[in-house]
Amino acid sequence: MIKILAAISLSGVVLASATQASELALSVELPQIDVAEYHRPYVAAWLQNDDSGDVTNLAVWYQLDKADDKGEQWLKDMRQWWRRSGRSLDMPVDGVTGATQQPGVYSIDTSKVAKDLASGNYKLYVEAAREVGGRELLKIPFQWPAHSAQTLETQGHSELGKIVLQLAP
Amino acid sequence: MMKSKFPFIAILALSLPLAANAHRAWVLPAATVLSGENAWVTFDAAVSNDIFYTDHAPMRLNGMKAIGPDGKEVSLQNPHTGKYRSSFDLELNKEGTYKVFSASSGLRARWETEDGKRGFWPGRGETPAPEEFKKAVPKNAKNLQVSQSSRRMETFVTAGQPNKTVFALQNAGLELQPITHPNDLFAGEKAEFRFFIDGKPAEGVEVTVIPDGSRYRNSPNEIKVQSDGKGVVSIEWPSAGRYWLEAEYQDDKAPAPATTRQGSYSATLEVLPQ
Repeated sequence: MIKILAAISLSGVVLASATQASELALSVELPQIDVAEYHRPYVAAWLQNDDSGDVTNLAVWYQLDKADDKGEQWLKDMRQWWRRSGRSLDMPVDGVTGATQQPGVYSIDTSKVAKDLASGNYKLYVEAAREVGGRELLKIPFQWPAHSAQTLETQGHSELGKIVLQLAP
Repeated sequence: MMKSKFPFIAILALSLPLAANAHRAWVLPAATVLSGENAWVTFDAAVSNDIFYTDHAPMRLNGMKAIGPDGKEVSLQNPHTGKYRSSFDLELNKEGTYKVFSASSGLRARWETEDGKRGFWPGRGETPAPEEFKKAVPKNAKNLQVSQSSRRMETFVTAGQPNKTVFALQNAGLELQPITHPNDLFAGEKAEFRFFIDGKPAEGVEVTVIPDGSRYRNSPNEIKVQSDGKGVVSIEWPSAGRYWLEAEYQDDKAPAPATTRQGSYSATLEVLPQ
């Protein structure tokens, strides 16, 4: 479910002024999950160009602290990300990969990505997979660059909470 | 591959239980898509009526081989043969696609003797040299049918980025080459594979695809397709899970003394959810 909100005032706060190049901001919510054995989820967020299929990774959170890169063993559980991008990457990736996060709302730095992103139709994907838990994949279609300030949202039901994508021309 | 005076014959030692026609031989990887360095995959191999249920006989591992993403042979580790199944492990220490397979081929003959008895060659479990054919078949055999028969059974697993080195054709028997990589199959999507017989595109290959889990439903839910003039079949995966694909081909373009050419191929495939 995607809501387009008239959010000119909102984006004015979050995003830089309209005199600059197009802007893109993303926030990802990891919900509190009440289970006996909780592990922080693996999360990937990426942009995919509908025409070229080109993938731009925004963030990949996985277990970095294990000996011998053991944490890479479960990267494949983010199945769509693994297929679209992960399997062709050399992990870790500077500016993209990071440690897993506890429940909360996270802003993902997209400033570098926005600068170089080719124009076209895109989908934002956010995928989460949790050890002894489930998997969830959410997407938000959008056009780049945006013609107007927009706030696009979608709500996860299990492994992800609210995903908010803000665009400004 | 092994050198032979008979290029269409004796590609590999006969390894599959040729007599087990009613039963299906399969090898099942525990996972097909792996990440991280030095992944391991464990496999079960058995012969049974119901796909992936180990309730009949183990597959003998003497003809089972594996090749890695560089085309070199990889050894099967921790092999074990029990009452109903064999198992072994594969270490994926290079990035790319591995193939686990078993392949065999040879001449087979059936005839009737003058007093009406049936004869066949080779005998059950025998793997004679092809030149013994002339000695084995009586001169006055009636209704002699000689077939050049080949079998191949495969499955694939990939660590990291898939590659296609293991799909190089051997130009012998019925073989599959991917258009869609077999470790890149997703529910609701179409996959295309191309079949070859003795290295040439095989038209009219009868392909049956059976989903796992027949124990929990009343019908086998088979998908049946046939290859086109280019040897291509297209399969749309109705749901995620493991599938067993069987392909059969027959024609009369066999090298003498065979009069028919038969190829059978099977593969275990995994389809992932979107």
